[in-house]
Amino acid sequence: MMRLEKRATPSRAWAIATPLLAVALTMIAGGILFALLGKDPVAAIRTIFWDPLFNPQFAAYSRPQLLVKAGPLILIAIGLSLGFRAGVWNIGAEGQYVIGAITGAAAGLALYPMDSRLIFPLMVLAGAAGGFAWAMIPALLRTVFRTNEILVSLLLVYVAQSLLSSMALGALRNPEGGGFPGSRNLSQWASSANPELLTGTGMHWGVVAAFIAVIFAYVLLQRHMLGFSIRLAGQAPRAARFAGVSPRRLVIICFGISGALAGLAGLFEVTGPAGQINLDFAQGYGFTAIIVAFLGRLNPVGILLAGLLMALTYIGGELAQFMLGLPAAAIQAFQGMLLFFLLAVDILTNYRIRWSSRETV
Amino acid sequence: MDIGGINFVTLLSTLIVASVPILLAALGELVVEKSGTLNLGVEGMMIVGAVTGFVAAVSTGNPFLGFVAGAAAGAAMAGIFAVLTQVLLANQVASGLALTLFGLGLSSLIGQGWNGIRPPVTGDVPLGPLAEIPVLGPIVFSHDWMVYLSFAMVFAIGWYLKSTRGGLILRAVGESHAAAHALGYKVRRIRVLALLFGGAMAGCGGAYVSLVRVPQWTDGITSGAGWIALAIVVFASWKPWRVLLGAWLFGGISVLQLNLQAAGSRIPVEYLSMSPYVITILVLVLISSGRGRTMGAPADLGRTFHTSQ
Repeated sequence: MMRLEKRATPSRAWAIATPLLAVALTMIAGGILFALLGKDPVAAIRTIFWDPLFNPQFAAYSRPQLLVKAGPLILIAIGLSLGFRAGVWNIGAEGQYVIGAITGAAAGLALYPMDSRLIFPLMVLAGAAGGFAWAMIPALLRTVFRTNEILVSLLLVYVAQSLLSSMALGALRNPEGGGFPGSRNLSQWASSANPELLTGTGMHWGVVAAFIAVIFAYVLLQRHMLGFSIRLAGQAPRAARFAGVSPRRLVIICFGISGALAGLAGLFEVTGPAGQINLDFAQGYGFTAIIVAFLGRLNPVGILLAGLLMALTYIGGELAQFMLGLPAAAIQAFQGMLLFFLLAVDILTNYRIRWSSRETV
Repeated sequence: MDIGGINFVTLLSTLIVASVPILLAALGELVVEKSGTLNLGVEGMMIVGAVTGFVAAVSTGNPFLGFVAGAAAGAAMAGIFAVLTQVLLANQVASGLALTLFGLGLSSLIGQGWNGIRPPVTGDVPLGPLAEIPVLGPIVFSHDWMVYLSFAMVFAIGWYLKSTRGGLILRAVGESHAAAHALGYKVRRIRVLALLFGGAMAGCGGAYVSLVRVPQWTDGITSGAGWIALAIVVFASWKPWRVLLGAWLFGGISVLQLNLQAAGSRIPVEYLSMSPYVITILVLVLISSGRGRTMGAPADLGRTFHTSQ
């Protein structure tokens, strides 16, 4: 019989090995799933994980896409990870991402067609402020009325999506768009564009912001009192209270940071890769970022790597859709499966498994 | 009975139908939470139930088998959650989210090629002359059997939790797993059974969405009903009959906003369609801010149980 014995401290070796193990298990289970769908499992896995990087036919196009897709994921996941560490569950990043895009785009469009170098920075501020404000709704309801922040932040995603379609069809619709939904194309207006900074890399301002966020979070967690409070609140809430950490303050700070970062991600996306506010603007980055945060073990460097891996599954998924006729939804199921396996093998980090001949319980 | 272009008898009748999916899912989650586990994967279990139920009903031509398949699929999803949280002691919040993300992807994968098909009709229960009664007849006596089953479940679950030995043990496990374990109850087994039951209820609710409420298959068809069901459990202070009240309230709002849309209301469509979510949030605030903090939440809700601790 298997018996579990709690480790005094989580195993460091397993903490690094478990994400890799989870990826391997997901590849096996994913292969089985693809086989059930009548596809060659080996070809499917190779198309998703190998071809985007190394196949000479596709790599030139898909390598830069890696940073384009990873940027928003990393940016959002870094914010979420701070809260998750402290036991503050913001799962509505998708909504904060959408609102950031709306407020940022609105700030720019209000000044159209003026030409100024100040417009883009202004939009960045407006995007961050929008995401921040949207995140403050669950945070304040939590601290003032003790309302469950998980449910409120999630329900607000549906509200944000309705607002998005209202904006695409109404207030922000392109007056020269011939009645089609969607705003002006912000990536084609010099003052608001978020272009590729180094040709052929996919690096845009959102990616730069993501790297800054990784460094910022690393320093915060390792060297700053706030980072210590966050870690303490997650590991020992009672001890944290005795140490003078205010749970309410932590809720506000964690939601504020993650909301602002998600809003930034939305703004960089709407001014760059997406180009406009439109009905299909929300792509689920806010939800996938939850997986990225866990896959990266809530650690800034881990999140950087996890974001790149998850971006690879997006690009490989598109390629598999195109090459093998694999349905787009397969990738989402694949990503969900990855989180399952990660949570499942996490037990190796926190518990020691003992095998004994007979057990009493 | 017409006010502002909306017929109230029809409105109440459709309200009852609209509330069935969230009622079933919320009742299931109520039992799960009473046993001390928080499963945030309701939306994922519902949508997998919706697609499985739809596929089963269309391919067999039998809506009853659709509901059975939906329930089985919901229970299977809950089984994954049970293994993760009860055997492998994974974080319940994260596991629930994983279940929803996985369920959304899996359902749209299964549902490929099933768009635009009409499912077999789940007919009304023939109640004869009762359905002919003016006003009361259309509202109460002209529904399909799932509606009556969902009402019966409210009473059955209420009675089970309150008046049976099994219900007492279930609640004990939710209030204090350490004490229940010390008394010799199988904490883990009881929680797994509760989870499977909750999954079956959510799956059945999902099947009701795709077979009766909408009736067709499209991606993301449950559109947040699972999250509203979770909110209703809080709203109901973990009491079955209040779950019924909550489901009617939210069923009413979603039907009313659809009616207002159809009646050409001056409020833009997008603002009407966000109203069920906004009102859910407002109600959550009102409920949480009043009186005592816990309001009947099981004391060990969401805590991981392990015998070595």
